[in-house]
Amino acid sequence: MDSLIPQLLTGLAGASSLFLVASGLTIIFGVTRIVNFSHGSLMMLGAYIGWSILTRLPRDPEWFVLGILLTVLATALIGVVLEVVVLRRVYRAPELFQLLATFGVVLVLQDVTLWIWGAVELPLPRPRWLRGFVEIAGNRFPFYDLILIFVGPVVLGLLWLLMNRTRWGTLVRAATLDREMVAALGVNQRTLFTSVFALGAGLAGLGGALSLPNASANLNIDLSIITDAFVVVVVGGLGSLPGAFLASLLIGILQAFGIVLVPKITLVLVFLVMAVVLVFRPNGLMGRPQAEAREATAAAPVIRPAPRELRILGLVALVLAAAAPLVAGEYYLTVLTDACVAVIFATSLHFMMGPGGMASFGHAAWFGIGAYAAGLLMQWLGAPMPVGLLAAPILAGIVAALFGWFVVRLSGVYLSMLTLAFAQIVWAISFQWVEVTGGDNGLLGLWPPEWARNPATFYWIALALAVSVALLLRRALYAPYGYALRAARDSAMRAQSIGLDVKRLRMVALVIAGAACGLAGAIFSYSKGGIFPTYISIPHSVEALLMVLLGGLQTVAGPIIGALVYTGLADILVRSTDLWRLVLGTVIVLLVVAFPEGIAGAARRLWLRGREA
Amino acid sequence: MSVLVVQGLSKSFGGVQAVGDVSFAVAPGEMLALIGPNGAGKSTCFNMVGGQLVPDAGSVLLEGKPITGLSPRAIARRGVGRTFQITATFGSMTVRENVQMALLSHRREIWQFWRPVAGRHAEEADALLAQVGLEAQAERATGVLAYGDLKRLELAIALGNAPRLLLMDEPTAGMAPAERVGLMQLTRRLATERGVAVLFTEHDMDVVFDVSDRILVLNRGTLIAEGDGASIRANPAVREIYLGTGATSGGH
Repeated sequence: MDSLIPQLLTGLAGASSLFLVASGLTIIFGVTRIVNFSHGSLMMLGAYIGWSILTRLPRDPEWFVLGILLTVLATALIGVVLEVVVLRRVYRAPELFQLLATFGVVLVLQDVTLWIWGAVELPLPRPRWLRGFVEIAGNRFPFYDLILIFVGPVVLGLLWLLMNRTRWGTLVRAATLDREMVAALGVNQRTLFTSVFALGAGLAGLGGALSLPNASANLNIDLSIITDAFVVVVVGGLGSLPGAFLASLLIGILQAFGIVLVPKITLVLVFLVMAVVLVFRPNGLMGRPQAEAREATAAAPVIRPAPRELRILGLVALVLAAAAPLVAGEYYLTVLTDACVAVIFATSLHFMMGPGGMASFGHAAWFGIGAYAAGLLMQWLGAPMPVGLLAAPILAGIVAALFGWFVVRLSGVYLSMLTLAFAQIVWAISFQWVEVTGGDNGLLGLWPPEWARNPATFYWIALALAVSVALLLRRALYAPYGYALRAARDSAMRAQSIGLDVKRLRMVALVIAGAACGLAGAIFSYSKGGIFPTYISIPHSVEALLMVLLGGLQTVAGPIIGALVYTGLADILVRSTDLWRLVLGTVIVLLVVAFPEGIAGAARRLWLRGREA
Repeated sequence: MSVLVVQGLSKSFGGVQAVGDVSFAVAPGEMLALIGPNGAGKSTCFNMVGGQLVPDAGSVLLEGKPITGLSPRAIARRGVGRTFQITATFGSMTVRENVQMALLSHRREIWQFWRPVAGRHAEEADALLAQVGLEAQAERATGVLAYGDLKRLELAIALGNAPRLLLMDEPTAGMAPAERVGLMQLTRRLATERGVAVLFTEHDMDVVFDVSDRILVLNRGTLIAEGDGASIRANPAVREIYLGTGATSGGH
């Protein structure tokens, strides 16, 4: 009981910081409909810029406030640059490509930050006036946390005034409800979008700068805060400011008490709350159903069997791949094995995302479940590789079926967020349940049996499995099931009215995708000799998205091409430059701007030019 | 025996009664038009029959069996075909494939993972397309069709389910006048040939009087008139809601 009030206050302080970041994210989403992955990076920049400014200013309160305000202006300015240079060019692109572009920005900003400020954490020494404590109900409570507690509601109040008492705010609210109508009324969308982005970025910068006295400027802020911010925004309801505030309180207090009461599952707790909220309120606590964008999004092109030329090309590639061990050295065989894993990883995601219409932000979850299934079977029962390779997809498929019950009732961004939440839960379990999973150290000693230990043999096994999975998935897509899945995506209403069971179709797609991906995880583990929580991390999930979107959603060959290009690109970059994130991020952004339909999609368009009505 | 019997159907939205105590029946081969001014409750009625809305009270019987409150999918399975006010087709497929989907679903062949769709029931699909006059466009992408052709494709898809009852919500909305009559006469012919009962809503009175056997008039959620074209035309209550009584000047 003693710790109740201090915990509550800590929770409230945490809630304020969360709200600052989440409010910017939700405003940006409301108006531009962009899920801004780089919002965490803006907060990170806010922390670093804040550090640079505050350490150069006198340490009095008024200078502290001035420093914070300067930081806000600086991040807002960076937001403007970002919007004008990148985002403005992708508003018309499909939702997922926008997401991909913002992830490219995350990568670029990571390297830029590293380059400017270095890899060392930068703590801000608290000035004397911030170091004080206040006595509340017999407990000493940090003075700075009290300030934070007040900042949240104050910012909410100011935002409310801005949104409800100014013409600009009215436009923002109108655009959140119906941006086409706002455009039709003659409002300049460009300035509106740019200013909204500036406001959101400024809020992120404020959050970053204010986090300094309690934490430090470090390179992990971006991805750790963006998941929390996503959770808050989704729980609150996308685009809703009061919802974001309510959700920040909920999550902040939950985190504060969770650490005391159930320290083992704090990471899981947050995402569990999100999953529960989404099941009962599919649009978040205060969100409304998303209005369909009226600008007709171009219908997906008709899928036709690959032309003969492409089949021949594929066959040639396959022969070359099979012959590779005769010429390639051991290092290249490892890269090629990784490429085989990547092909399964990407084709399985494509299966549920392209024809299934369910974009997963957490595809690595299945990868990890498959890997841990194989690893634990080996550790507990001494199961050999063939058993592991068989058990991995089965277990991943079973978990996918259980998870599918939650997910098939959602759609769009909410569905993607729930997949992200699920992957984070799996990651948290693998990370925190040390007794079983080995935690951060992972499970080691998972090697192929003697007969398959030769890199060439193992590569052939991986190649055979990758080709089989890709062909089986392709087969299913051209069979009635695959067509029905696509039908449900094209028009759920029409699909139901001819008697198709849309939920069940999607559920089965999830199980198939999960099972295939689980196999990829197991193969990968055997080739690396171990399993680590990083297999389930967000960047790994994003890699799968990158491969699929690079290759293109609309063709069956797309994810394969994407997987190969991505693996090759990443390998070359990692070996040739320290700034590989910068280069990769830039390439992603350029690709999204230049080929919004992916590499295979662009090739298909050029190929078909003049051949089809 | 009537294909569809609707008895005492009612639905309220937050205290506003959208449909109150509506009853009617449709016989095989009969075309029944549901008309009325905006907000009369046509779409609500329609969606309760089609399963998109669950009625507060009343029952819907299809060939004597209750289908009240079933899901749209279950209702489709029992032999109800449907076209939508805003066309809904499978945009990533060809015209023929759209119809093939309906045929595969009707034959319970959806849950197959091996044999490709290409060529399956293609002749039957083409025959259906020929009936609605789309045979020349079978290979084309659905996304490039003209709006009137999409409406006809919807009709072919609905027929792929071998329906006993066709529900058509504003079947000619968005079409040119000449096309409208063409589509509805086509429906008329198919209804007669196949003995399909057709329930449709429509704003174009030329179309309504041209093809329907009977007309139901809804106003403010209740049925105010029922009969053939001539009796509806002569009905003073109907004239009043469509034309006004003339008692107030400046009406439209």
